[in-house]
Amino acid sequence: MQKNAIELRGITKRFGKVVANDRVDLTIRYGEILAILGENGSGKTTLMNVISGIYYPDEGQILVNDEPVSIRSPRDAFPLGIGMIHQHFKLVDVLTAAENIVLGLPGSTKLDIAKVATRINHLTEKYGFELDPFKKIYEMSVSEKQTVEIVKMLYRGAKILILDEPTAVLTPQETRRLFDVLRNMRAAGNAIVIITHKLNEVLELSDRVSVLRKGAYIGSVDTADASIASLTEMMVGRRVELDIERIPPADPVKRLTVDDISCVNQDGVITLDHVKFEAMGGEILGIAGVAGSGQRDLLEAIAGLQKVESGSILYDPPNAPCEDLTKLSAEEISKLGVKLSFVPEDRLGMGLVGPMDMVDNMMIRSYKKGNMFWVDKRSPRTLAEHIISELEVVTPGVSTPVGRLSGGNVQKVLVGREIASNPTVLMVAYPVRGLDINSSYTIYNLLNQQKKRGVAVLCVGEDLDVLLALCDRIMVMCGGRVTGIVDARTTTKEAVGMLMMHDGRDD
Amino acid sequence: MTGRLHGLREPLLHVSKRDDISLFRRMLVRVIAVILALCVCAVVIHALTGLDPLQVYRGVVDGAVGTRRRAWVTIRDTLVLLLIAVGLTPAFRMRFWNVGGEGQTLIGGLATAAIMINLKSLPAPLLYPLMAATAVLAGLVWGVVPALCKAKWNTNETLFTLMMNYIATQLVAFAIIYWENPKGSSNVGVINPDTRMGWLPKLFGLDYGWMTVIVVALAAAMFFYLRWTKHGYEIAYVGQSVNTARYAGISVPRVIVRTMALSGGICGLAGYLLVTGSGHTISTGIAGGRGFTAITVAWLSKLNTFTMMMVSFLLVFMEKGAIQIASQFKLSEYASDIITGIMLFFVLGCEFFINYKVEIVKGRKSLE
Repeated sequence: MQKNAIELRGITKRFGKVVANDRVDLTIRYGEILAILGENGSGKTTLMNVISGIYYPDEGQILVNDEPVSIRSPRDAFPLGIGMIHQHFKLVDVLTAAENIVLGLPGSTKLDIAKVATRINHLTEKYGFELDPFKKIYEMSVSEKQTVEIVKMLYRGAKILILDEPTAVLTPQETRRLFDVLRNMRAAGNAIVIITHKLNEVLELSDRVSVLRKGAYIGSVDTADASIASLTEMMVGRRVELDIERIPPADPVKRLTVDDISCVNQDGVITLDHVKFEAMGGEILGIAGVAGSGQRDLLEAIAGLQKVESGSILYDPPNAPCEDLTKLSAEEISKLGVKLSFVPEDRLGMGLVGPMDMVDNMMIRSYKKGNMFWVDKRSPRTLAEHIISELEVVTPGVSTPVGRLSGGNVQKVLVGREIASNPTVLMVAYPVRGLDINSSYTIYNLLNQQKKRGVAVLCVGEDLDVLLALCDRIMVMCGGRVTGIVDARTTTKEAVGMLMMHDGRDD
Repeated sequence: MTGRLHGLREPLLHVSKRDDISLFRRMLVRVIAVILALCVCAVVIHALTGLDPLQVYRGVVDGAVGTRRRAWVTIRDTLVLLLIAVGLTPAFRMRFWNVGGEGQTLIGGLATAAIMINLKSLPAPLLYPLMAATAVLAGLVWGVVPALCKAKWNTNETLFTLMMNYIATQLVAFAIIYWENPKGSSNVGVINPDTRMGWLPKLFGLDYGWMTVIVVALAAAMFFYLRWTKHGYEIAYVGQSVNTARYAGISVPRVIVRTMALSGGICGLAGYLLVTGSGHTISTGIAGGRGFTAITVAWLSKLNTFTMMMVSFLLVFMEKGAIQIASQFKLSEYASDIITGIMLFFVLGCEFFINYKVEIVKGRKSLE
């Protein structure tokens, strides 16, 4: 058996009434990759923050290399060889990789950057990273930035590396490369911890899995003995049906016609290039593509948040003449009475306001209702209470700021509000990003319900398996163009993947 | 390695976030804070000056509210400060850093004085509303100019509103040359001293009756405007996130301009009150830094206009007390600033104990 790197005994951490970690015991070993698995709000990140010194536990004891320690700040964690790579990177954009890596380290006044770079290159070679020490952070892709964060920790002599949802921002190829590096680090005798809720990654990469549920430690299993079903059961506490229901569309009618629209952003770059498609009521149209292929711009253009340079967006309401939405702002669209709901990608930056409570957030879309100068707060309150009970939102109450809720609950609040307005067109961007299994299935069910109601659902997604199982048709975008619209029932992941890479300019 | 040793020691104090705290305990913490502040001040006063702290405190109270006249002056200055803070509130709620309250007040005062001097023959029912309207309009223009530029070209409102202050000051200086009385004094002197035309009359037999009614009504109205109206929500959404506001179908430039019109207008009205209600004159100093003090008042009160009433009273109370103890005990006016500083330190600092629980860790807890 490998030597213990960290042992936690009875760690408890409370935030006010919320118990984030409830007497958690955990062992991290050298030469092993441990996956910490748990749903959103199960206390994974809190626990890791306790180890890395960001939080101090209310109760319990931490042993590092079999010695009891007290980690009061990240400064205490470094000498113990503990390094954490956060979900949101903490790098200075205008500095180079090498400069970021040595930033904050003690040393002589004169910085010998060449020597630093040699050491960095030595590290990257050893573990198989690809990193140019002299590249500036703002020129880097997300995956390169993550590499800088990891190398930064190794450079400081970290032997115990904690990665918080490292693959959430990576493409499948980048994920594979990261996994190779992590395996090399394991081979070199380091202890690796990854926090995740993606089960297939757990099975692929880890040696052991520890599961948390609602702050409590449920147990650890060897990955070799685990399966998706068994891990889900540990994580959720009961068996979960992992199939997504898909009913055939009931008499689809044309709802939205996007005809040849183009958009440019502030820098004059073309974001949408002659996009053309139709969305039908009673059907879910998936929109696939590598992040940044124009999905966001498309939804915002339809919602009236982006100027359309050319082309037209036509809306066919049930039992009324066609409306032209092309030149209308979001305000004008809602004044027309177009029932267009939009769940944007940026939940707390656009869809909701984090510091405000649920009632105020319900009002974002409805505060204009009525002719009075005063706002009506009663119906949003009723709506908020309805959403809490209907979608099982975990929150102390309607007056808690939504920013304090966990990711899944935030999304339920947002989707719940958008659906509550009885839309005829529902646009959702990355509806399950960062959500755990349970919440994800709640959201899929909601989308299916809307489909049954005859709503035209547009769903931008990143997980192709989900899109293939959920949608009726999938439109693939690449570089602002539509590279194909395929039948989700008959196509394959590979075919969609090909369209995602294909910019269509050659033919 | 010290870091290592450090890491092994258990910290003495343990801080954790509190659950909801009852109103009673919340108030108790604040009362204790004030008592502690008074105790600390007493020690400081005695150590620095050798005076009896109780006497100094009595001096402060005496200076602020010792006589009927002094009490009313304190109330009057509180009201003006409060009104400017109320004016700044909608802008701050929109996260629009209006540091131009000083200039907006001053230009409102200038407009008031201009009418008072040049149209003094108008009948009173016409004169007062006209003066008020011009003052509001002047302040409004001072607020809207930076807002328009912000809305159109995304200029920095902090710098812009600050610069507008200097323009206002220079305009007043320029006007004084025209209106100076007596000639050569570079001073306008009391306007209409004999006829008292344009002076705010008594209400309910009180010198500052009108002022009290106007300011308290506006403070209350602002409270409800921000919390219960559609405009209030638009301001809050724009302040929290411009993207959310656009998503909600709000025309962000329109809200910025409208809100700054309101903000500047109210500050302009404060200028009106300063000229018609208290000084009956115009000078570059009539705002006297209140436009900046009001920023402190607004944020100390967390933009709650009712809390602002207490905060502005406290600040003016201490300011008046300072003048008294300065003359009574031959102390520098800074002595009172020290007292005010210590008071604020405790009153603000006690919020920490309302939000967090601090426990002393007794011995080392070991699970072995």
